[in-house]
Amino acid sequence: MITAERKPLEEIIDYVKPFKRILLLGCNECVTVCAAGGRKEVGLLASGLQMAMLKAGSSIEIREHTLERQCDPEYVEELVPMIDGADAILSMACGCGVQQLAMRFKDKPVFPAVNTKFMGGSQRQGVWDERCQGCGDCLLGITGGICPIARCAKQLMNGPCGGSCDGKCEIGEDVECAWHLIWERLKALGLQDRYLEIMPAKDWRPAGGAGPRKIIREDLAE
Amino acid sequence: MESFEPVIVAFCCHYCAYTAADMAGSQRLPYPSNVKIVRVPCSGKVDALHILKAFEKGADGVYVAGCLEGDCHFKNGNDKAARRVDYVKRYLEEIGIESERLMMVRMSAGMGARFAQVATEMTEKIRRLGPSPIKAAAA
Amino acid sequence: MKTDSYLEKVLAAGHLAVTSECGPPRGATAASVQDKAKYLDGVVDAVNITDNQTAMVRMSSFAGSVLVRQQGMHPLLQMVTRDRNRLAMQADILGAYALGINTMLCLSGDHTKFGDHPMAMNVHDIDSIQLIQMVKTMRDEGKFQGGAEIKGAPKMFIGAAANPFADPFELRVMRLAKKIAAGADFIQTQCIFNIEKFERWMEGVRKMGLHKKCYILAGVTPMKSVGAARYMKNRVPGMDVPTELVERMGSVEKEKQPEEGIAICVETIERLKQVEGVAGFHIMAIDWEEKVEEIVKKAGLYPRPQVQ
Repeated sequence: MITAERKPLEEIIDYVKPFKRILLLGCNECVTVCAAGGRKEVGLLASGLQMAMLKAGSSIEIREHTLERQCDPEYVEELVPMIDGADAILSMACGCGVQQLAMRFKDKPVFPAVNTKFMGGSQRQGVWDERCQGCGDCLLGITGGICPIARCAKQLMNGPCGGSCDGKCEIGEDVECAWHLIWERLKALGLQDRYLEIMPAKDWRPAGGAGPRKIIREDLAE
Repeated sequence: MESFEPVIVAFCCHYCAYTAADMAGSQRLPYPSNVKIVRVPCSGKVDALHILKAFEKGADGVYVAGCLEGDCHFKNGNDKAARRVDYVKRYLEEIGIESERLMMVRMSAGMGARFAQVATEMTEKIRRLGPSPIKAAAA
Repeated sequence: MKTDSYLEKVLAAGHLAVTSECGPPRGATAASVQDKAKYLDGVVDAVNITDNQTAMVRMSSFAGSVLVRQQGMHPLLQMVTRDRNRLAMQADILGAYALGINTMLCLSGDHTKFGDHPMAMNVHDIDSIQLIQMVKTMRDEGKFQGGAEIKGAPKMFIGAAANPFADPFELRVMRLAKKIAAGADFIQTQCIFNIEKFERWMEGVRKMGLHKKCYILAGVTPMKSVGAARYMKNRVPGMDVPTELVERMGSVEKEKQPEEGIAICVETIERLKQVEGVAGFHIMAIDWEEKVEEIVKKAGLYPRPQVQ
């Protein structure tokens, strides 16, 4: 999923303070699962903002609403009846949701309330780790199911570097050495010989090097 | 300031603090009437939003009272509550509310005296801190 | 002979080669490179010019190499994949070769986290092994990485690094094999303090016949003080300094410690000379270039051979 974290309240206040009526929007997808921008976080932010504004001697009207998905136009359409009642939109969705709103409501200021972080998986409750960088040309089939692009600090395609120590990366003991993990997996799978194959320089075009990426499914597109 | 009577919301777990409050009553142990008790099935049931709404609606102080370590009726709801309280404390500071206005306490069902003591101490602490800045701003 | 590299000639003639390094300054003063390099003139066969080492901004290794070349010495251009993409690296390789630099070392580089610009993007468009491949393709096939033909291909003698002390140990020989397969002509190793572990690594190297496929220069570093020894033992990722050596450094009084460090370094070289497959030495005397001559002489590696 896409992970996110709420921005500091101070930054959010700076965005919204010129406005009287704010539409605060959550999203029921990824940001709900990573506890950054779902219905509950919308409630917490609304309450915190109300109090902080009150304390600063001003007031703000906040309408809370959470969409099924902010990244799909069909759901964004739901907002049409509400939009005139708001001077600005504050979105707790990932960057995709924020932009969907900006595209749909061209004359309405839209602000992000979260920082979109990475594509990750949950390791245990409350902990998410980066797992994928969306390079557009998945290597997991030849790296034992562990991604060196997302998980090696130097993105080495032929690691590990000389800083690998006891299975940890040189940048920090809380970071596992991806190549150590890859090697252990290859061993467990009996595929040690594969390590000796040199992975050639990567073509970064599918990773975004060729400009913004797009998928068109002819059978689905209208 | 002389006449400031704080409003304190105490989220009390049904299995410990709420029973301890009862015990305090039956033992004729006095505690300040400033403390408004909200009974919850487990301290782990108290959400960040409940705490925040209490402050938004005018509470000067809030505490969550759960079972002693290892004694949660639902395994570890009290530990979850403690972590949540820490999280909300940080958020309160961001909002501009002193984090001392929020506290996690632990006790068992038999600790009537402790319940009365906590209620008294919290009331005194909040009295010293003065009205919540939110209440002051709204007034 | 693949190239005109002086280092290649020394090695091909069967001599034990000696290289050392010179870290460019954190400023635009040419004299600081020239002064450091002077200590190494006639003492070593090639001088590594480091590339933003430890991820700290310094004068470019390219410019430093040119300065050393102008002094009539043989620079060894270090290049890390951390700071440039493949276009920039190939452009620098063409330029360096045009200015008389024909020996280089391909590295991935320390992470920016350790340097003075931790906020910078790590490029890593390609990794060190892919850089080796790229330089070899430029030299042997006269082609850019993208496939187009080079008019006037750079003939670089290609070096790579190896760290026998990093984990997992069982991969360390295999990774060297990959670097050689990619096109490394010579190897400079991480500083060797733990000789037994290095010997174990070399056993694996010989078992795969890798010492016959490329020249392995054993890296050594003289320790200045017991503090430096401790720092390298505890703080430098991928460094293996045995406790006995730290204790030995600490057992002599402070003023005598530099001398002791040099003695250890010379003893290390003497022992490494006995290891089959060691083709030379890379002496990394960090900010202590003036001592390299003494080490080379005491280790019986002086005078340096003259080759054509």
